[in-house]
Amino acid sequence: MSGGVSVKDVEKRFGDAVVLRGVSLDIAEGEFLTLLGPSGCGKSTLLRVVAGLETQDAGAVSIRGRSVDALPPKQRDVAMVFQSYALYPHLTVAQNLTVPLRMRRLSRAQRFPVVGRHFPGARSKIDAIERDVHRVARALEIDHLLDRKPGQLSGGQRQRVAVGRAVVREPAVFLMDEPLSNLDAKLRVSMRAEIKELHRRLGVTFIYVTHDQAEAMTLSDRVAVMLDGELLQVAKPISIYNDPEDRRVAEFVGSPKINLLEGRVGERGEVEVAGAVFDGPAGLEPGSKVSVGLRPEAFDLAERSGPGVLAGTVRLVEHMGADAFAHLDVPGMEKLLIARLPGRCGALASDGDLLRLGSNADDALFFDQSGARIRMTRSPAATPAQCVVNA
Amino acid sequence: MAGPAFLLLLALFFLPTLGVFVIAVTDWRFGAATLSFVGTENFVETFADPVFRTSLLNTILYVCIVVPATLGLGLLVALLIESGQGFRAFYRAVHFLPYMATLSAMAIAWEALLHPTIGIVNQSLTALGLPTANWLQNEHTVLPVLAVIGIWQNLGFSMVLFLAGLKAIPTDLYDAAVVDGADGSFDRFRLVTLPMLGPVMMFVVIVTALRAFEVFDTVKILTQGGPAKSSEVLLHTLYVESFEFLRTGYGAAVTVVFLFIVVTLTLLQARIIDRRVHYT
Repeated sequence: MSGGVSVKDVEKRFGDAVVLRGVSLDIAEGEFLTLLGPSGCGKSTLLRVVAGLETQDAGAVSIRGRSVDALPPKQRDVAMVFQSYALYPHLTVAQNLTVPLRMRRLSRAQRFPVVGRHFPGARSKIDAIERDVHRVARALEIDHLLDRKPGQLSGGQRQRVAVGRAVVREPAVFLMDEPLSNLDAKLRVSMRAEIKELHRRLGVTFIYVTHDQAEAMTLSDRVAVMLDGELLQVAKPISIYNDPEDRRVAEFVGSPKINLLEGRVGERGEVEVAGAVFDGPAGLEPGSKVSVGLRPEAFDLAERSGPGVLAGTVRLVEHMGADAFAHLDVPGMEKLLIARLPGRCGALASDGDLLRLGSNADDALFFDQSGARIRMTRSPAATPAQCVVNA
Repeated sequence: MAGPAFLLLLALFFLPTLGVFVIAVTDWRFGAATLSFVGTENFVETFADPVFRTSLLNTILYVCIVVPATLGLGLLVALLIESGQGFRAFYRAVHFLPYMATLSAMAIAWEALLHPTIGIVNQSLTALGLPTANWLQNEHTVLPVLAVIGIWQNLGFSMVLFLAGLKAIPTDLYDAAVVDGADGSFDRFRLVTLPMLGPVMMFVVIVTALRAFEVFDTVKILTQGGPAKSSEVLLHTLYVESFEFLRTGYGAAVTVVFLFIVVTLTLLQARIIDRRVHYT
């Protein structure tokens, strides 16, 4: 792809540890792509390879169609926001914002301390830099903080300054490495919205690294789920959740975690799971084993036993207000099964109760022993009637 | 308040200091049975004394050579060790050795090196065809040479502090500097390293300055303040007056002046520099 960022077969090792195993990814111009994965999965390393802070051992990176493998970060036209913000603590907010512009627009002589500003042409460039800094500061509502030092700012204000330092450069690509993870939960939600708005306003490519699935789901055009140095799936947030290609993706995305049940394929291709029976995908080998993934919201309370009904003893009910999460001990399952119930139903259940949970085969996700998804061959279920928008 | 720590402080620090102040306003001579109150006489005499003034100037000159050189060279060595690949522990140890060694013993070694005829310094200079000098007996060279020994001794200390300071700089800041466009190592040094070492520098300056003000061992062993008082320094003057001439009252007055200078210097440095190096 010519517009945005293209990563091809990138590998990276630190000593014996393989951090990136042949990662390929095409990001369109103006796209918001999130690298999602647990810590240590290589997502930050991939970001640093794109930034030019690490050199890949194999593979190629290009930005706007131009190969950047041999270019230092300065010439890659990227800006980066760090988890720690990495603001220069001895400089004021205004000076922090001018650094990237001074480094680019002024010559070495012109940015020499004290005498630099008297070199020919320096004055007008410095004035232009100050105008740009003020414009960005106003846009980010940090203009009243310009004379302060980072140590005198709150976490949210520092975060804004860090974003400002990236914005002021007008880069082709924004790289963000867990920019919200040092903020408290409330602020994180509001800054999330601001980052989304920033992306909409600037319209440039964003690559955003996070381990927080809520950030990934809410911000992204596409999410790339990474594990152990590999990209498992790159898709729209809703597909990552509803249509995972790999068991590990299904397990990582979704809170509470998806329930994975061990199933055995019967004579007619049906799948038996802990006493319940589901219609399996076509072509399953009778007698083989499959994993069946059922999200906590895939269950309804059932009045009596039936083919797709699981029964279990309540061990714990977590009341969340609108919903309640019931943890059930189901015979034949190692872990507790988690089911989301409407808040009012959950209030009636208590420890030791027997619950029957019905589920729809359309909501079940089947995975083979290697973790790959086995898709239903029939047409996907129609949009649920209550979800039709603008019909 | 009156805990054990305070009692110790009282016994070991405040009372002796008070004692010095009391003796400074008397004409007591060490071992004498009587003493009488003389008011500020000792202090007036101190400042009228050309030896004391020479001593004060020499000490200040010594500090002015030792402090910047220790700071600069310590930082340079620390940067070289940090940027090098191997042998870091070895270089660290070698540079730190002089600081650990007994200075009086080292002074004797330096005396041998600087011996006008058989010393290795002059022999090397002769071999290279360069002019030699009687380093410790020449009034123009003696103070700089003592300063070199002082720098040699304190270098390891400032180096170790700078190494620790360098390690404490978050690597994120260097990454940010690189992404911001500081691609030259000098740019990164000016943008990140130097400012982030500010607190360490302040500490090195204060500690080295105090140690330099207290220079005594090398002077006592190598020159006894000579030739012609050209290496006379405050602590040596104090020692000679108090323990060789046994003018304890006068010696105490010199001590008070010394104490005053050291305390003022510390407060001043802390005040001025503190505002520029702590960023919160």
